[in-house]
Amino acid sequence: MADEIKFQKRVDNGEYIEAKDEMPEEYRRHLIRQISQHAHSEVIGMQPEGNWITRAPSLRAKQILLAKIQDEGGHGLYLYSATETLGISRDELIKQLHSGKAKYSNIFNYPALNWADIGAIGWLVDGAAIVNQVSLQRTSYGPYARAMVRICKEESFHQRQGYEIMAKMMSGTKEQKEMAQDAMNRWWWPALMMFGPHDTNSPHSSNAVKWKIKRETNDELRQKFIDKTIPQAELIGLKVPDNNVKWNAKTNHYEIGEINWDEFHKVINGHGPCNKQRMNHHKKYHEEGIWVREAAEAYSKKKLERESLIQA
Amino acid sequence: MGKDTQLNIWEVFIQSKSGLPYIHAGSIHASDEKMAMQNARDTYTRRGEGTSIWVVPSSCITASNPGDSEMLFDPSNDKIYRHPTFYVMPEGATNI
Repeated sequence: MADEIKFQKRVDNGEYIEAKDEMPEEYRRHLIRQISQHAHSEVIGMQPEGNWITRAPSLRAKQILLAKIQDEGGHGLYLYSATETLGISRDELIKQLHSGKAKYSNIFNYPALNWADIGAIGWLVDGAAIVNQVSLQRTSYGPYARAMVRICKEESFHQRQGYEIMAKMMSGTKEQKEMAQDAMNRWWWPALMMFGPHDTNSPHSSNAVKWKIKRETNDELRQKFIDKTIPQAELIGLKVPDNNVKWNAKTNHYEIGEINWDEFHKVINGHGPCNKQRMNHHKKYHEEGIWVREAAEAYSKKKLERESLIQA
Repeated sequence: MGKDTQLNIWEVFIQSKSGLPYIHAGSIHASDEKMAMQNARDTYTRRGEGTSIWVVPSSCITASNPGDSEMLFDPSNDKIYRHPTFYVMPEGATNI
């Protein structure tokens, strides 16, 4: 108990907690859950976009998409390495993903049906992720905060490339405009759900706020995203698929309609359009890579043995 | 299936410009030095963040314990004569 009070004091003073510092077990568990979920999301998020590399409409678009997906892989690695500082192995993390114990962001259980979706994913999905990640740069666990700083530097390219795709389509033919609007219609609500349940209804929030793992609540972050994004949509002529959107001049915020939480829970519990496909794909390539890891280890072991023979 | 070790962990240090110190960037997994260097480059320097990289097996690093910080760092607090401001300079002395 005394230790917990001491810990809370450090957090309240704005100190960062480092890997070897004492921390409540529940703080450690919360971080492992949150950071690994974040890491898994980056890696699973490579799938809907990877689908479009060979079908990108130009060489420029293809190079950009490749670089973006490589970044997502890198972000996954930064985050896995931050999670490992908490004393859990990469092997265990992957096992938790495969068994379903660890989740990843719900948004990646939706399919990327056409090129406009690549624009919508970059602009809306990465846009929502950035709002969350900017806030997490000040999270109380040092290795997580440092990974976030690195990620934020790279994410704004992702969002801008997505918005560029949408803007280009909105200045194109009638069909292109319809495609962009259709992607907007399908991604808007799932993007809003990325921030998680309302504050009154969020099971993991209270400790996370007390320990400064979360610096802002789900609803605060969602509102930031809404306020930033609606004017961007209007600027290029996209309609937000919500008849209840209105500007409130008193609060200086947009108000929106009701989010369909039934859909959110349905998808999170495994009944989204792509849950199975995403997980099977990850398992397949993870298992097919086992022999590569084994060969690399056998090679380095042999090399060490040879070197010690020469020395002897 | 046995334990999938996912290879060893290596810590990565990057020098962003010649003349500057090497700063810890994070870690990667690799089976040997060559793979560690390659993975460090791909993971941490995709935007010209570095001119030089060090990779070190994590198991080779010894870190101080937070609990020892008093013992390790407090003794320096009472040696203020290690700071230049401790000394009284004669009035009018310049360039010192």
